[in-house]
This record gives sequence, structure tokens and C-alpha cells, in this order.
Amino acid sequence: MKIPYYPGCTLKTKAKDFEDSAIAAARVLGIEMEELPRWNCCGTVYSLSSDDLIHQLAPIRNLIRAKEQESDRLVTLCSMCYNTLKRANEFFLADEEKRERIKRYLDDEIPYEGDVRVVQLLELLRDEVSMDAIKEAVKKPLTGLKVAPYYGCMLLRPASIGIDDVERPTVMEDVLRALGADVIDDPYKTECCGAYQTVSQKDVVATCAHSILTSAQGNGAEVIALSCPLCDFNLDNRQKEVQERFNGFHPMPVLYFTQLMAIAFGLDPSVCRFELSYNDPVPLLKSKGLIE
Amino acid sequence: MKIRLSRERVRGDFVKKVEMISGQDLLQCYQCGKCSAGCPAAFEMDILPSHVIRLAQMGQEEELAQANSYWICFSCQTCTVRCPRGVDIAKIMEALRLVTLRQKNRNKVEATGLPPELLAELPQIAIVSSLRKLSG
Amino acid sequence: MSREMETKALIVGGGVAGIQAALDIADGGYQVILVERTPSIGGHMVQLSEVFPTLDCPQCILTPKMVMCGQHPNIDIKAYCEIESVTGEVGNFTVKIRHKATYVDWDACTGCGQCEQKCPTKAPSEFNRELAFGPRKAIYSPFAQAVPNKRVIDADHCLKLTKDKCGVCAKVCPTQAIRYDMEDWIEEVKVGAIIVATGYELYKKENLTEYASDPDVIDGLEFERILCPSGPTAGVIKRPSDGKEPLDIVFVQCAGSRDPDKHFPYCSRVCCMYCCKMAMLYKHAVPDGQAYIFYIDVRTDGKMYEEFYQRGVEEDRIVYLRGKVSKIFRQGEKIVVFGMDTLTGKRVEVEADLVVLAMAMIPNPAGEKVKKILNLKTDEFGFITESHAKLHPVETGIDGIFVAGTAQAPKDIPETVAQAGGAASKVLSLFSGYERNKACA
Repeated sequence: MKIPYYPGCTLKTKAKDFEDSAIAAARVLGIEMEELPRWNCCGTVYSLSSDDLIHQLAPIRNLIRAKEQESDRLVTLCSMCYNTLKRANEFFLADEEKRERIKRYLDDEIPYEGDVRVVQLLELLRDEVSMDAIKEAVKKPLTGLKVAPYYGCMLLRPASIGIDDVERPTVMEDVLRALGADVIDDPYKTECCGAYQTVSQKDVVATCAHSILTSAQGNGAEVIALSCPLCDFNLDNRQKEVQERFNGFHPMPVLYFTQLMAIAFGLDPSVCRFELSYNDPVPLLKSKGLIE
Repeated sequence: MKIRLSRERVRGDFVKKVEMISGQDLLQCYQCGKCSAGCPAAFEMDILPSHVIRLAQMGQEEELAQANSYWICFSCQTCTVRCPRGVDIAKIMEALRLVTLRQKNRNKVEATGLPPELLAELPQIAIVSSLRKLSG
Repeated sequence: MSREMETKALIVGGGVAGIQAALDIADGGYQVILVERTPSIGGHMVQLSEVFPTLDCPQCILTPKMVMCGQHPNIDIKAYCEIESVTGEVGNFTVKIRHKATYVDWDACTGCGQCEQKCPTKAPSEFNRELAFGPRKAIYSPFAQAVPNKRVIDADHCLKLTKDKCGVCAKVCPTQAIRYDMEDWIEEVKVGAIIVATGYELYKKENLTEYASDPDVIDGLEFERILCPSGPTAGVIKRPSDGKEPLDIVFVQCAGSRDPDKHFPYCSRVCCMYCCKMAMLYKHAVPDGQAYIFYIDVRTDGKMYEEFYQRGVEEDRIVYLRGKVSKIFRQGEKIVVFGMDTLTGKRVEVEADLVVLAMAMIPNPAGEKVKKILNLKTDEFGFITESHAKLHPVETGIDGIFVAGTAQAPKDIPETVAQAGGAASKVLSLFSGYERNKACA
């Protein structure tokens, strides 16, 4: 299956580990993620104001890029891109008057009527690949690795955009279980990491990260799996600030779910780009016999 | 501090502006406090989300102008998905940010003010989203 | 009216509404057929521990009425039955009633209960809200004071009926009443008027996904069973997960009610009072314990209700917290509650041992078929629409068909009983008016 893929800015730089592991792992399952030839920044956050049309243009243009590839859908990895693209399209579809106004700004583009569906890789795995197919692709089951999935916000909220139940998602659990991991259900898996406040309010983010990480650890997790480069930064890199502010905190590795897929599929660990992690996951994975 | 009410306040331009930008009806909120109860940013807010809406219902522009709540808000939308009255509180928070940011020189974060080592460390989505939310 | 009228009433539903209406009509001198879907009349009321604001136990105040129904010469209780079809019109309805297979010949069954004692198979008890504490047997009567005092076999769990094994009930029955080959059968009756009293159910707590699905997060009726002195824990307060006595207990009001966005816009009307009552009874049973009630408004709009609420606060030290709970989740041994006290403007976190959700009252799903058969108009939530909200509160849109109790809207016991009396009086005036006209003619 070939599907146009929208990387977004961070997947090309700080989150190269996410992109490389995802593309390689998806390929094992027969998904060819083909990067859009000419994409632009999605804006990272969906505009929550009703009178601000200009910020809907960037995401819509990316959907038009997918349409140019003669595709009716577009896959994303980053949760923020997923949310922004999908929600902008929903906005575009919902209000005819605003749609016509947006179209007027897009006059040099091919005609677009909101007919590109935005999907996130986890949805593809669940709805089109199936957990059984993932199970079959596993060469090194993640036996004994205690993983707490973390969804954050943008994969789930609002409910009309979410890839799963807004309060009790299970798709990442299902994927990790198919990989053979020991899945830890943690009540903080849908609590926000502090998001963009990481730029100007490190302390606030450190407090959020501390709650999320210690809850996962308290429930037995050794590693967190997630799907958003901003969550990843706040839960991984900000452990430095967490350690400075909270006595007795023990750091833990944070990985993209696709890195765990790549390991379980027996791919060369170099696709995981573990060197980009702040807290090195290699010792844990070695101790479980998952990498050499 | 006493809240002084009048028709001009309760139905004033500020209330209309917030309702127009957010697309929400402020009086739909019945003050159950569920948004505050579940807000992951509330620990840092001086006025909790439900009280922000309460003050907005009463047109208390000056008091709201002093609040840090909507600058701390993560736009995580936990409030929005749980509100029993279907009020999109995250949109009201955005409207309150925009009421300020649409005035001149009111940015909370300046792109030029971010230290190079921070910029080097941060993922791009952090920088872009912070500037999108906290500057005009 | 020139046609002959059947001066006999059918009541669908044997809860307190149906019981009261049956007694009133029967005492007025007319025949009543009382159809109940489960093996016994009594409804939800008989599941309750004690009832507000007087703290009587339903076993004391309702069972005498149940027994009166059972013994009344004018009342024919058809338990474990459902209506199948209704044709005709006021004065002359023809009703087909399905007698569900009980696998026990009730004419022979004396209610001795030896079969139940010897039955080796356990199954979740509907009467005990399927709590882990109180399973029943595969041959059972739902509770000790059941009327009629007869047994039924649960065909889904009985070893004889599922695997052709066991058969011990047939062996021990002193009157040879067991009939493994019994099948449903249909009876046809004629009645002149019908009262629908199909009652309520609680909205399923799984619908509130922000509140954890956990054995120690229970609904109001489950806690009623735990509080009930004759219940599955004999009134000892235990939490379902580990049987420990809960010392911090949280009640969450408006769980699904007053939530037009995702659940129901209406107020369920009994939760304020029953949460207060349950917190009181809890405190009486666990003097060291502490109850917290999260509410949006405390609505005490009945006689002696406000006084009852104040007593709960002053004597039983219930801490009322004004705010809706946002999230409930397990952390180790504790159930963490993220709430709010809007009065202080502070967020509240309670590490509780047990959480009780006052789930919204919804029309009993088992009543759906009845409403369809009778062609009754309902509101969008399924509550039966009365023909005039103020002046015809017990009449449905169809002549000769009346409504009583929570099938019409959420209401408490006193209001249900009053409405049942109202519906009964409509039936009585219909029948006696007909007879008087006939006598005059």
C-alpha cells in the first residue's frame, strides 16, 4: 500500500528517530509512506478562533498537495500535524461560507472540496494492517518490556478528531501488545505534558512531566511510548528539569512507538536513531536482550 | 473587591468580542467547575477556568486582563471534551488571548527574545506553537 | 358507551407503582392482572437499603404491600411474564401474555427452597446488581421475601439445561415440581384498561469514560445492596475489589444527568436525596469513615427533604463539595478523584477507597417493547408522554391506557405512589362510571 506522507518540520530534524523508524517499520507491514513532494508547515496548532481564516490556509494547502498525488488520504506521524491538518479540513467541510472564502485565497491551487482524509499511522495499523499482521511481523517480541503508552492530547481531542475513544484509548496498547510488550495501563496517558509552554514556562512543563512519569513508574513502567515530538521533548528532555526540581526522581527512557516496532520487527537498530534520545534507551533494551 | 454590574457591562463589547471570536455562548456555562477540576494547567493559574468564564459572563474585562490563566492554558482541550454543557472552553481561552494579542505590542513571547541555546534545544513545533499561541 | 366493557385492569410492571395501582383498583372491587417480567414483584424499591427521608427499610414497608398483592382475591400476579401483543381499545383490550418458561411447575412448587440450597451452580444475581458478593444459584428466587414465593431456573446457567448434567433440583424437590422440558406459553386475556408502570434503570456507568471502569467505582443501586442489612454483605460495608471497609467514600452526583452535551439534559431528581441518605447510612455503619458528596446543586424539593439534608451535614458530618468531578482513576489501592469546590475556587483531590456514581435515571430498557406494543408516545429519552403535562398527568395519548411512576419521568417513591393512586383512580372511575350507566340504562 502506497500512501502520501506528511512529515512536518520536526520529523525532519529533532524527531528523525520517529521518521526513520516509522518508515522502516511501516515498510515491513507493506506500507510505503511516500513523502509529499512540496509540503509546507501546517502551523502546528489549529486556530481555535472562529474569525481567523488565514491560519487554515497552510494545512489546507498540504491536503491539496496530497490530492495532486491523486490520493484521497494523507498519513501523518506527528500528533500535532495530525490534529491541525485533520481539524482544518473539518472546519473547511463544516462551513460553506468560510470554505468559499478560503478557496478564494487558494486561487492558484487545483480545486479542493475537503476530500482528503487525514490519518495517523496508528489508525492505519489498526484499521488496515490489523494487529494480527503486526504480530506476524514480529521477530523479536518485546517480552518483559514494561511499556506505558502515552497519548497526550492531539491524537484524541476533540472527540471528532481523535483516533480512538477520547478518554479510554486502546490503539497504542493493542499495537504494543501485538509486539509482545508488557503493556502498563496508566491513568495519566491522556494528561497534557504542558505542550508549547516548554518554551517560556519550563517549570510548569517539568511539573506536568513529573506527574506523568511518576504515575507511569508507580504503575511499573520502564519506558514510555508516544507519538508526538513535542510530548517526547517534554517527557524526555525535560527530565533534566524534573530531576532538578523533584528529589528522588529516577529518569526513564521515552520512545516513539515506531522505534519499538522497528526493534520488534528485527530491523537494524540504526533506524531507531537512539542517539537522538535524551535519556538513552539502549541499556534498558540491551538488558531485555532486544538489541545487541 | 466588589463586582459592579450594569447592562452596559453584562452586554458590553468585551462580552460580545469574546463570544464572537470563540463562537461560544458564555451563558451556556452553568458553573459546575468540571473544567477546573480536570485542567492540567490549573495549578499555575491565578484564576481557574470556570471562574474565568464566570468573570467573562459578567463582563469583567479589567480583572480578566490581569489573569494569567489563558496565558498558562495548554490548549489541551481536556475541559472542552468533558464540559457537560458543550462549551468549548479552549476556544474561550483562545479568544481571551486574542483580545489582548490583537492590540499592539502585547506579545507574551517574542521570537527575538528566545536565547540561542534554547532555540537549538527545542523542537520546531514547540517554537512555532508557542509563537502562534502567545504572540500576535 | 353501548358496548360491553371488561371491568378488569392490566398493570404492566410490578414495582411500587404497579403494586400500589393494583391494590387501589383491587380494593375498589375490580379485578387486576399484574404482569411482572422478573420472578417477583417489588421492583427497584425492594433493592434499596433504607429510604429517605424517614429511613424506613423497604423490606418493612413494601413487603407487606407485596404480600397483600399476593393474597388479594382481586389480584392475579403473573410473574416471569411479558406482554406480547395488545389489540382493541378502551374497555376491550385483548392482551397476549407470554409466560416465560420457569422450568418449575408453580402450582406444585411450595417455595421450600431445597432445590436452591442444593443447586451447585452460581450465577450473578440481577437483584444484587451482579455484585461479586452476592451470586445466586441457577435455580433461584431473587430474594427472600419474593412474591410469589416460587423458584425459576436460569436456562443460561443450569447444568441440566446447558449440558444435560446434574439434575439435583429434580431429585430433591419434595413435590416433583421441576419441569426441564417446560416451554414458553402464551395466554390471552381481556381487559378494559391498562396501566404502564415499567419503571427505570440506571444509565450504565461505562458511558462516563472519564470515570474509571473499576470494581470500586459503583453505581447507586450497587451501593444500596451493599448498605442493605439483608443484602449480600449483610449490611457490612465492603468494597468490591478486596472486601475492605472503605474509610473515605466519594459520591458523585449528576453522573450523566444535567449533561446535555454527551448524556441527558434532565435532572434525575432522586440522586441528591439518595446520596445524602447513603452517606448517612454509611456513616452509621462506619463511624470512623468520611463521606464526600460532589454536587452541582442540592435539590431537596420534598416534604422533610431539606431537613434531612441538613441532618446529613450536621449529624453525619458529610462534606459537600460544589463541583463536578472531572476524572476518576485507580492509583494502587486508592481511587483518585479530581474534583472542584467552586465555593472556595479550589480544586479538590480525594484519594478514596470507594466511589459511588449517582447515575442518571433512564426508562427501563425492558419497557421498550411494551411502549412499542402499546404505541405509546415518548419523549426523546423514552419516557412516556402524558396527554397533558399539567391537567392529564396519568393519561397517555391513548384512551384507557395510563402511566404511573418512573416510566413517565424520574421521580421518587412518594410521588410514584401518588401517581399510581392517580392512575388507579382513573381506572376505577372508568369502570364504575360504566357500571353506573349500565345500571341506569
